[in-house]
Amino acid sequence: MIEAYLIHILILICIYIVLAVSLDLTVGFAGMLNMGHVAFFGIGAYTSALLTLGGTPFLPALIAGAIMAGIAGFVLSLPTTKLKGDYLAVATLGFAFIIESVLKNWVSLTRGPLGLPGIPRPEFFGITVSSQLGYLIFSAVVMAICVFLIVRVEKSPFGRMLEATRDDEVAASTLGKDVYKTKAIALTVSAFFAGIAGSLYAHYISFIDPTTFSLLEVILLFSIIIVGGLGSSKGAIVGAIILLILPEPLRFLGFPSSIVGPARQILYALILLLILYFRPKGIFGRVELGES
Amino acid sequence: MNTKQPDTILEFNNVSKHFGGVKAVRNCSFYVKKGQITGLIGPNGAGKTTAFNLITGLLKTNSGNIIFMNEDITDKPTHYIANKGLARTFQKVRLFDNLTIEENLLLAKHHPGENFFKSFFFTRKPSKSLLKKVKQVVNLVGLTKPLSTLTSELSYGQKRLVELARALMMDYKLLMLDEPTAGVNPFIRKRLKVLLRKLRSQGKTILLIEHDMDFVMSLSDEVIVLDAGKKLMADKPGKVRKNKKVLEAYLGK
Ligand SMILES: Nc1ncnc2c1ncn2[C@@H]1O[C@H](COP(=O)(O)OP(=O)(O)OP(=O)(O)O)[C@@H](O)[C@H]1O
Ligand SMILES: [Mg+2]
Repeated sequence: MIEAYLIHILILICIYIVLAVSLDLTVGFAGMLNMGHVAFFGIGAYTSALLTLGGTPFLPALIAGAIMAGIAGFVLSLPTTKLKGDYLAVATLGFAFIIESVLKNWVSLTRGPLGLPGIPRPEFFGITVSSQLGYLIFSAVVMAICVFLIVRVEKSPFGRMLEATRDDEVAASTLGKDVYKTKAIALTVSAFFAGIAGSLYAHYISFIDPTTFSLLEVILLFSIIIVGGLGSSKGAIVGAIILLILPEPLRFLGFPSSIVGPARQILYALILLLILYFRPKGIFGRVELGES
Repeated sequence: MNTKQPDTILEFNNVSKHFGGVKAVRNCSFYVKKGQITGLIGPNGAGKTTAFNLITGLLKTNSGNIIFMNEDITDKPTHYIANKGLARTFQKVRLFDNLTIEENLLLAKHHPGENFFKSFFFTRKPSKSLLKKVKQVVNLVGLTKPLSTLTSELSYGQKRLVELARALMMDYKLLMLDEPTAGVNPFIRKRLKVLLRKLRSQGKTILLIEHDMDFVMSLSDEVIVLDAGKKLMADKPGKVRKNKKVLEAYLGK
């Protein structure tokens, strides 16, 4: 029992690490206040779930989920890369709101608030990942690959260009860098990996509904990367671990679940405020939110 | 004087720019000749920085056109103009504050790993020849801090030097400096003068906004005077110095 519980938390941590590290690519590296990450998470989850429910094998469905999320990221980048700071935040938040409402209201496709039950466990190369432990290993491998790729990008000259764009867009453009294109790529790639996380989530929980991808989730994601420190994948990883474990004791205090949910949100918000107040650069961070 | 010549590298033709009711640049024309230092002076608010921003595509013109190396670059994207060979610094220093001196300078050069799809195969570590170039430029401007210093940790004067060094790293055809001596000590100022002369002797073209009259007059081959968004005159420094209209513009009538 306790083992199953531990494995459950670890699987969620893997999924949230992918989400956080990919979100940090836009927020921490490109300096874009991207509040729409949860929408890409949802698009990946729904795409992958619907495809497998319709008979598509798991791996193509996972990749399709990532690509759909990436396309959504690219589309969102078109009207928004010229927006600065708060305006970008509002626009991407609006986007997340739209996606949430599409998931709720396009009933013929998504079944709306009823959600999608019975999402199959991954099956590829003749293996079915059906056990909890198997899924943990599978998500850990996917997470490691995603983190490796994102970190590789961040540590490359392209990553340096992202950081230059974050620190001073005008200066970067006078050095001949196409900052809008750079930001569009960052948002697309970030969304792509959020889509992978979405697929991982859907096939683990086996049931998704629009509430999973609500705007409340944005607070958790931002808390993770801010606690860990922006512009640091190490920070995003540590942040995900801390924030997923911290509220767990709430479960064991014997509160009814109607209180545990809101209490968890309050806890996240509290941690976020404390960090912003006492240690604005987070645990490993180098940059502050909206510094430049 | 100051008309279009065969060796003109930059033409600023009848350009206007207003911000709401403020006419920052008014049907203004001037020309920059290849291989020389051109001074751009004028009282506060004359429109000098606005002219720079129009040339580099950071601001869009209301009318007129700008020709750089025989190509119409009016309202083209900033990065496009920069890649054509236009390097500049800013009146208020603009650096990448969370990056080191070295990284700030490296960004002035294009790297194959800046292409996203190729980025997986490159680290940020510079090649030997590139690092050599960085060190050379750093020495040239007289910057003594270690290359690994974050630029946010530098003094204002040092920041200006990093910004200048970064511009020099580019493969530029025209270097535009917006008040390079503002806020730097007399020692660096002298050094800067020597440096700009050296660049000119290497055939570089420089357009220089400057309030320090001795500095700009002793360096420039030609001086353009802006006042209230218009060209007041353009001539050899000696002539500009003695001109009554210029004195009036600076002192107010
Ligand atoms: N972005 C802007 N928005 C509104 N007004 C502006 C803007 N930029 C410049 N101006 C106005 O345009 C006029 C010209 O400004 P500009 O900065 O070009 O002058 P300058 O010659 O560089 O002056 P200084 O020597 O003080 O740097 C000024 O009246 C200024 O207030
Ligand atoms: Mg100015």
